[in-house]
Amino acid sequence: MAKLGKQSWTLNQRVYIQETGTSVGPKESRGPLGDSFDKSYDNLYCGEDNWEMAERKLLQDAIQITLEKAGLKQQHIDMFIAGDLLNQNVSANYTARDMDMSYLGMFGACSTSMETLAVASQLVDAGVADRILTAVCSHNATAERQFRFPTEYGNQKPATATSTATGAGCALVSREKSQIRIEGATIGKVVDFGATNAFDLGSAMVPAAYDTIKRHLSDFGRTPADYDLIVTGDLSSVGSPILKDMLRSDGINIDAVHKDCGNLLYNNDQGMLAGGSGTACSAIVTYSHLLDEMRKGTYKRILVTATGALMNPTLIRQKESIPAIAHSVVLVREEV
Amino acid sequence: MDFFWAFVVGGFICVLGQLLLDVAKLDAGHVMSTFVVLGCVLDGFDLYDNLLSFAGAGASVPITSFGHSLLHGAMEQADKHGFWGIALGMFQLTSAGIAAAILFGFLVSVFFKPRG
Repeated sequence: MAKLGKQSWTLNQRVYIQETGTSVGPKESRGPLGDSFDKSYDNLYCGEDNWEMAERKLLQDAIQITLEKAGLKQQHIDMFIAGDLLNQNVSANYTARDMDMSYLGMFGACSTSMETLAVASQLVDAGVADRILTAVCSHNATAERQFRFPTEYGNQKPATATSTATGAGCALVSREKSQIRIEGATIGKVVDFGATNAFDLGSAMVPAAYDTIKRHLSDFGRTPADYDLIVTGDLSSVGSPILKDMLRSDGINIDAVHKDCGNLLYNNDQGMLAGGSGTACSAIVTYSHLLDEMRKGTYKRILVTATGALMNPTLIRQKESIPAIAHSVVLVREEV
Repeated sequence: MDFFWAFVVGGFICVLGQLLLDVAKLDAGHVMSTFVVLGCVLDGFDLYDNLLSFAGAGASVPITSFGHSLLHGAMEQADKHGFWGIALGMFQLTSAGIAAAILFGFLVSVFFKPRG
């Protein structure tokens, strides 16, 4: 029985994250997790002519590294599932143009990392594909231009604002046994509590994370104690305490096991305001640092809840509020 | 004393701008146009010239001074040419500033990598 409760599933087969690859920009590599990333650049252009090309370069790197680690070539992969933050998912779409395989583009803003991973695991479980590459990317400068203001405009940001991470993360999903097994997922619903401040997306996404985590625990019949880590994508230092408060008021205490990828990514003295965000944020932290820790045995079972704010700048100017979504994937350490 | 009043008046205008950003939640574009309109209105009541002679650069450097120059030029030409003078004169005093913005913008983009 794969379906659990209303919004969750477990996998019938044993499906694994066979390999992962991460590439990051300068600020991420200078952060506390700098050493865990596979590749880093000391310049936002990543050796390319413009920032959009740099973002695709990061994505291509992450894919290439993943394939190399697995000792595979493109022809061994059945499908590519990817997404990013730019209009029409251009970074993923244009990268897929050079890949000779079926492609599904997905958009869930910063939740795309777990959205693609959940769908890939389900497709592999169903036997529709043997090996699937899932990848996401974001770039600070392309996101600033699209969602906020051109950087040279010099607009001030309040302390609640997050900073879009520059990087890309890729995971190869297959039935090839590895130390990281995908146990199941909870697919979130779109939640809107009426937040309108695009400079505080952490708070805007809290209700979605709250809803998905609560639903996950109830669907799986678990408590936070069943996890060594419940990690959210990019709720930031502003949203994280609110999430804990909301869950605590329902009798769910995640204080001991909660971390936020956006808070793990940078040092406090890097001037990143409330923390990291962006599609890449949860992916680069999960696919490098968190999986490393699982392989070491620090964590046996973790719940990754990637959160996404689903607004766009036009609708914000039309005074619409900010809907959000969160998807959770359960990862389990396996002895090989 | 000149420096002191320039600092106080210029600083006060900046505080006003910060309040518009933080409290009124206006974005930078709206703050800028608010200040231009404010400069026009003050000049309309003949107040901005007094402020300029009192605070010097404290009043001439902020963008409110641009509004003051827009109205000043427009009214001057309106006296000479009537209604159409408003359009003729609007950019007379401000043309140096606008031309400088375009010229230096061009030069910077030629010598440095334009971003954003």
